[in-house]
Amino acid sequence: MTQQSPSVSIKDLSLNYGSVSVLKDLNIDVADGEFLVLLGPSGCGKSTLLNCIAGLLEISDGQIFIKDKNVTWKEPKDRGIGMVFQSYALYPQMTVEKNLSFGLRVAGLPKAEIEKRIANAADILQIGPLLQRKPGALSGGQRQRVAIGRALVRDVDVFLFDEPLSNLDAKLRSELRVEIKRLHHKLANTMIYVTHDQIEALTLADRIAVMKGGLIQQLDEPLTIYNKPRNLFVASFIGSPSMNFLKGEIAERDGKPIFSIADLDVSLESYAALEPLQAGRSVIFGFRPEHITLSDQPGPAGRSCQATVDLDEPMGADSLVWLKVAGKAVSVRVDSGRRYQNGEIVHLTFDPALASLFDSQTEDRI
Amino acid sequence: MTVASQTTIEPRGKRPAQRFAPSTIMIYGVLLVAAIYYLLPLYVMIITSLKGMPEIRLGNIFSPPVEVTFQSWSTAWDSACTGLYCEGLKVGFMNSVKITIPSVIASIMIASVNGYALANWRFKGSEVFFSILLFGAFIPYQVMLYPLVIITRELGIFGTLTGVIVIHTVFGMPILTLLFRNYFASLPVELFKAARVDGAGFWRIFFQIMVPMSAPIFVVAIILQVTGIWNDFLFGVVFAGTKNVPMTVQLNNIVNSTQGVKEYNVNMAATILTGLVPLLVYFFSGKYFVRGIAAGAVKG
Repeated sequence: MTQQSPSVSIKDLSLNYGSVSVLKDLNIDVADGEFLVLLGPSGCGKSTLLNCIAGLLEISDGQIFIKDKNVTWKEPKDRGIGMVFQSYALYPQMTVEKNLSFGLRVAGLPKAEIEKRIANAADILQIGPLLQRKPGALSGGQRQRVAIGRALVRDVDVFLFDEPLSNLDAKLRSELRVEIKRLHHKLANTMIYVTHDQIEALTLADRIAVMKGGLIQQLDEPLTIYNKPRNLFVASFIGSPSMNFLKGEIAERDGKPIFSIADLDVSLESYAALEPLQAGRSVIFGFRPEHITLSDQPGPAGRSCQATVDLDEPMGADSLVWLKVAGKAVSVRVDSGRRYQNGEIVHLTFDPALASLFDSQTEDRI
Repeated sequence: MTVASQTTIEPRGKRPAQRFAPSTIMIYGVLLVAAIYYLLPLYVMIITSLKGMPEIRLGNIFSPPVEVTFQSWSTAWDSACTGLYCEGLKVGFMNSVKITIPSVIASIMIASVNGYALANWRFKGSEVFFSILLFGAFIPYQVMLYPLVIITRELGIFGTLTGVIVIHTVFGMPILTLLFRNYFASLPVELFKAARVDGAGFWRIFFQIMVPMSAPIFVVAIILQVTGIWNDFLFGVVFAGTKNVPMTVQLNNIVNSTQGVKEYNVNMAATILTGLVPLLVYFFSGKYFVRGIAAGAVKG
């Protein structure tokens, strides 16, 4: 995928506000036509990074290349980018058509060309009937379509999205999410998309960069991030309901490593460890709610235990059952066909191959 | 209807309005008293200006005129004596117009660009610059009077129309810049970013994006400046020169003349005439004024 030269390349990028370091030494290569999502909690620097790529913020150190051109000192308009903002940022006093054409008129394009591009964008986004309206007379979804159109008419290599769906209600959000994905398939442009919504990230991205504190925690394909989080932060941030964590230590049984906590032992034989699992090491054992099976009968020895039902949360397609395991609350995703009563005794079985193990000191995956 | 039956009414639908509740009476009572208190002087001024001098001498200042005459109004406008000249307030009126219009336009143009630059194009030291500018709003004008006289003298504009216009423009800067900066800062910053991505520069963003969205704050600025400059006495008397004295200075000369009989009716008419412009401005734009002040004050 990264054989050809990258579309956007960020080298050693840092940004400081006085003594506060917002972005620290970032390096990212975005392949041509790739959909990269920057994901993280608020204040992690993801929007800041996007603004740096757009040229709306001066960086402190490093370089930014777009299409092999060093654009570090270039004005936003000269970088070959189009940007879509969370609050749409449509010019309220202009009609949709004028909004779309503003940038092109500034650039001094011939009228015929402007009209052609607007017609094309209106066609792709189905906003033709809205062209003569003002933004105030549009719904949220329509406004965001126009905002995307404004990036579209610029005919650029790279699209930047700054939480474009966060102002919309849940239903519209999922609709537009699909539209953006479709748009990406159709245009095959490079897109960089900032969001704090992990569902958007997982569904849209070719690759996700999970950020925290101005650093990239993990940059991988969505499923890798979901299944093999590189550290405790990524593991706890991705996934809803979130991953369960149990803090214990590695022990040895019959010469094989096991995870041991209070009255629970889980064999780690099938776990693909990155480093040798020494007995006595203090670790955090993480597993997703859907990677546990519940049953009324005791499961296979060595990786199952008994627990008490605390609460049953039906969520429609499935249910979330909260259990007490080794004194800690643990959630399990089960089929909603069977309801569990509070205080019911059940048996749960772990699948170590799907679990994650983190060092309790460094919080890195081991 | 007995008390018992009232309490048994099942509450349903809209709650019945309590028109004569004690709290309502209190509120309206206080408001009424306050309104009368503030309107009384205006009432006295108007009826006095409509009386002839013999009637005024009777001393019943609250009684309405027996014989209504507009003589004092035409005297005040046309032939009242200010110092040596007896041409009435109309000279001062024209001077005030000549001072106010250019000062208002110049100060608002400069301050709006100032505010826009300070809100959207933060540069190194812009906050310090803004603080210093604001500091100017808290210094009494009298302190700066003498240095300003020297400066304008050296520039050769002391005692001219240009001089007083420059002074008004400069002194409008702190409060107007604050007003515009706060308003522009309250507009979504993403609009500004979007315009930059679209390739618009400093002036294009200002004129095509910001100004069309800022009608309310421009109205507020105009009101503030028109009333402020029209009502100014100090700068007019110091910097305008005897030929260009504004209406307020002329009014003072009429009212405070120590020779002859005090013509109260002419004084009252002249005072009302002078106050008429700001009064009308408030009457016709009070709504915008409140709206603009609220809009400009939201963000610091």
